[in-house]
Amino acid sequence: MSSNESTGAQVVPLGHPLVGGSTERPVGHGTAGLDDVEYDHGGRLAAVRAGELGSVHSWELVTAVDGPGTRLTVFLAGCLLRCLYCHNPDTLEIRRGKSVTSQELLRRVKRYRGVMKATGGGLTLSGGEPMMQAPYVRTLLRGAKELGVHTAVDTSGFLGAQCTDEMLDDIDLVLLDVKSGLPDTYRRVTGQELAPTLAFGRRLAARGTEEVWIRFVLVPGLTDAVDNVEAVAQYVASLGAVVTRVEVLPFHQMGRDKWAELGMTYELDDVREPSLELMERVRGQFRSLGLTTY
Amino acid sequence: MTTTIDPVTSAAWSGFTSGPWVDGIDVRDFIQRNYTPYEGDDGFLAGPTARTSAVWAKIAAMFPQERAKGIYDVDAHTPSTITSHAPGYIDQDLDLIVGLQTDAPLKRAIMPNGGYRMVEGALRTYGYEPDERVRDIFTKYRKTHNDGVFDAYPSDVRKARSAHVITGLPDAYGRGRIIGDYRRVALYGVDALVAAKQRDRAMLDMERSVEDVIRDREELAEQVRALGELKAMAASYGYDISGPAASGREAVQWLYFAYLAAVKEQNGAAMSLGRTSTFLDVYLQRDLAAGVLTEEQVQELIDDFVIKLRIVRFLRTPEYDELFSGDPTWVTESIGGMGQDGRTLVTKSSFRLLQTLYNLGPAPEPNMTVFWSERLPEGFKDFCARVSIDTSAVQYESDAHISSVCGDDGAIACCVSPMTVGKQMQFFGARVNLAKALLYAINGGRDEVSGKQVAPVSAPVEGDVLDYDDVSAKFDATMDWLAQTYIDALNCVHYMHDKYAYERIEMALHDSTILRTLACGIAGLSVVTDSLSAIKFATVHPVRDESGLVVDYEVEGDYPTYGNDDDAVDEIAVELVRTFMEKIRRYPTYRKAVHTQSVLTITSNVVYGKATGNTPDGRRAGEPFAPGANPMNARDSHGMLASALSVAKLPFDEAQDGISLTSTVTPPGLGRTRDEQVHNLVGLLDAQMMSEGYHMNVNVLNEDTLLDAMEHPENYPQLTIRVSGYAVNFVRLTREQQLDVLSRTFHGSV
Repeated sequence: MSSNESTGAQVVPLGHPLVGGSTERPVGHGTAGLDDVEYDHGGRLAAVRAGELGSVHSWELVTAVDGPGTRLTVFLAGCLLRCLYCHNPDTLEIRRGKSVTSQELLRRVKRYRGVMKATGGGLTLSGGEPMMQAPYVRTLLRGAKELGVHTAVDTSGFLGAQCTDEMLDDIDLVLLDVKSGLPDTYRRVTGQELAPTLAFGRRLAARGTEEVWIRFVLVPGLTDAVDNVEAVAQYVASLGAVVTRVEVLPFHQMGRDKWAELGMTYELDDVREPSLELMERVRGQFRSLGLTTY
Repeated sequence: MTTTIDPVTSAAWSGFTSGPWVDGIDVRDFIQRNYTPYEGDDGFLAGPTARTSAVWAKIAAMFPQERAKGIYDVDAHTPSTITSHAPGYIDQDLDLIVGLQTDAPLKRAIMPNGGYRMVEGALRTYGYEPDERVRDIFTKYRKTHNDGVFDAYPSDVRKARSAHVITGLPDAYGRGRIIGDYRRVALYGVDALVAAKQRDRAMLDMERSVEDVIRDREELAEQVRALGELKAMAASYGYDISGPAASGREAVQWLYFAYLAAVKEQNGAAMSLGRTSTFLDVYLQRDLAAGVLTEEQVQELIDDFVIKLRIVRFLRTPEYDELFSGDPTWVTESIGGMGQDGRTLVTKSSFRLLQTLYNLGPAPEPNMTVFWSERLPEGFKDFCARVSIDTSAVQYESDAHISSVCGDDGAIACCVSPMTVGKQMQFFGARVNLAKALLYAINGGRDEVSGKQVAPVSAPVEGDVLDYDDVSAKFDATMDWLAQTYIDALNCVHYMHDKYAYERIEMALHDSTILRTLACGIAGLSVVTDSLSAIKFATVHPVRDESGLVVDYEVEGDYPTYGNDDDAVDEIAVELVRTFMEKIRRYPTYRKAVHTQSVLTITSNVVYGKATGNTPDGRRAGEPFAPGANPMNARDSHGMLASALSVAKLPFDEAQDGISLTSTVTPPGLGRTRDEQVHNLVGLLDAQMMSEGYHMNVNVLNEDTLLDAMEHPENYPQLTIRVSGYAVNFVRLTREQQLDVLSRTFHGSV
């Protein structure tokens, strides 16, 4: 790591040209088949506030990631976190997305309703940070529920306050990314505070109505400290029965090229994927608290 | 048959429910009245017996030498017929089901009726001296199919053929893709089949002797003769198959003799088996119920049958293997599906067939093909998914699509070609290279590689930017020429094949009046689709050489690509399929065959790519096409199912010879746990077939395994992977093809 003072990643210079679809999984690739819409400024703002218009990075039909079954995962543009290891840095800014109406997206949800039913899948809103576009998310969730589709939201919880109880009522599964358990490490990794995430998780635990999968990205030298992992595990265990699985995701270098394409400074060039031993040690920390962990 | 059943037949049929099948040849009716659908799971299956393992070990020990030499052995002196060779065994004491193509296992035979040069070339390749007497016979006294075709080809066809715009034509090898109804021999015995053919002959004798009738009479005479030879061949193994099979073991043996006769007589590109497991199950179930056989013994019979099917061999040249790599024989067995009355056609023997992949280890043959429907019993679906995950040796085809044209007794010939067993055959037509045709349209009919004028002279594109309407119109005209030239070629091929290399025994196991299809095909669909999309949605500048020939393209801007469930571009692919089919239909066919087409390349996508210059989608000259109807590598970026849904838009009605899709996933890409992987694969198959998809060739593999197998082939003798429509031993592919498989869409996550 180049600098110890830096907190989170460098923000993309505004003047940098937009970069097209990425070339590596597991990031969604493009918005094929979704119509781009044009609004005047006033009309756009009104449509965004009403949840009728959002900024979409890409969509993908995925299986065995982002929730059960085969899912339409929509990557929404925009995130306030600046995770050093972000593998979709091209989703960090809302302006880099494509303007897509909720109606248009829901048309695609409807198209895949049969697929979702056959596979026990559903709709997953990911990003970026979906809660950056809460009104849009609200409309999409409501629309999906009206179609009888299982819903999941993949969130860091940092903007959990934006997620109203009405919205939670329309969510079946929360994929909660707890990026670190110690506030200092969290700040170092993401450039933001840990507390809002913890609060959001506790709120979910108190409601007890949404299933929660916890995700933790294991980055050697960054998030792998025993006490950091222990703090995450203790917190997750304290949430109780709403948490049905923990996924420890190994850091990978597949997002690296995108940082360069975007003109951003990547700090993890020298970091390697975690070893199997390290993965098992960390999983073991979760498992020792009785958590189902992959 | 006859209304009075003789005592032998009556004993053989004891316990069966009678119906119309008793009065005339009707295997489907027999199955429907007598089979036992199985809705349970795989818990009943038995592992291999010591005998099975010993026989398999004995034959498997011969594979390394075969792989090293290319062939194990060949009889260069005896042109193969049904009765040409003395009996052969893997182990005479241990074989339960007997019969080999020659007098020794893995010893290949020569079949010069298709073409003598092919035989001679193959013999020399493998270090065998051709027999002069055989050469004399087939060059001086007996004309071959290959000679006949080249006597009849018009010059247009020759030009298109040598320019590789029409390729892979079965004009020097057996056309194959004909499925004899081998079950008939088990159910009725040979004598009853001969009697039925003689009755058909009597009807023909009442007609005037015009050309068609004369040909039909001659063919019937050949069929009856072949049935006699079948009986003689079985007798040489000590079996009298003039009457029906009376037990499970006899049913398997009778059926296998019939199939064996076919592969002794024909070196067809695909020699498929049909739909036999549920038929055989009736007999096996009867023996189980009577306590004559145990489950272990039943599985042993199936295992031994499958061992025999695994060692069917043909003598072929390396050039042929470039087109159809890995020495495939396409002993395709169609398994499962649903009956028209709503009962599943899955029986315990459907499971038993798949179980051979565990008992004997994975293998490419027989080509296990499951007719998938979301209505299949859950236990069977789960078992199929497990077998796929463990062996990558199963392909799936849409039961709904197939039964819509073939009823519930259809089977796949080769990879994806459906036909009603015993009632339908096809004239295999390989395929045209549509991508090359597009380049011809751009270049006024000149070949982009050689510069030669191949298609008729037309105006090449002008200016600095390709115009979509202009290119489309030119391409349409080129496709007119291509369709016409193609049908011309196929008519010549099949006229001569019937004349010089007629499939006597296979056709003897068909009704005398059958439906024939002319199975045309297209390659390069995704290349053309993306090229047209680039021309339509982006700006494509042609790059010309000094002679004015367009040899490259510069693309400015973005354009949608096929394989992302995006109608804007997928509709181009749909339109291409419709358009070419419509053009094909305009030209009359030999024997009034019904026109069909496939979107299938087998492994020839590599060869076609080699022969095709730069294309407007950015594909470089010589790069492989995507296989079958697959989107181009890495351009299908919205997940495996989105890719499959694009392919599913191609209309089956306009491609009734099948639409092939191959997908590769890694095991973790299907789920965290084995149960999750099974559940998700079942879900994906359900979803794809419910979305009108036709075919899904599934590999569940780790990329590392393939890389390691390339370096250490000796460690992976049975590593099986699915390529377009069939399975191969990965280590038998050429290095070029191995690299192509690796570079293809490897959906780490689906």
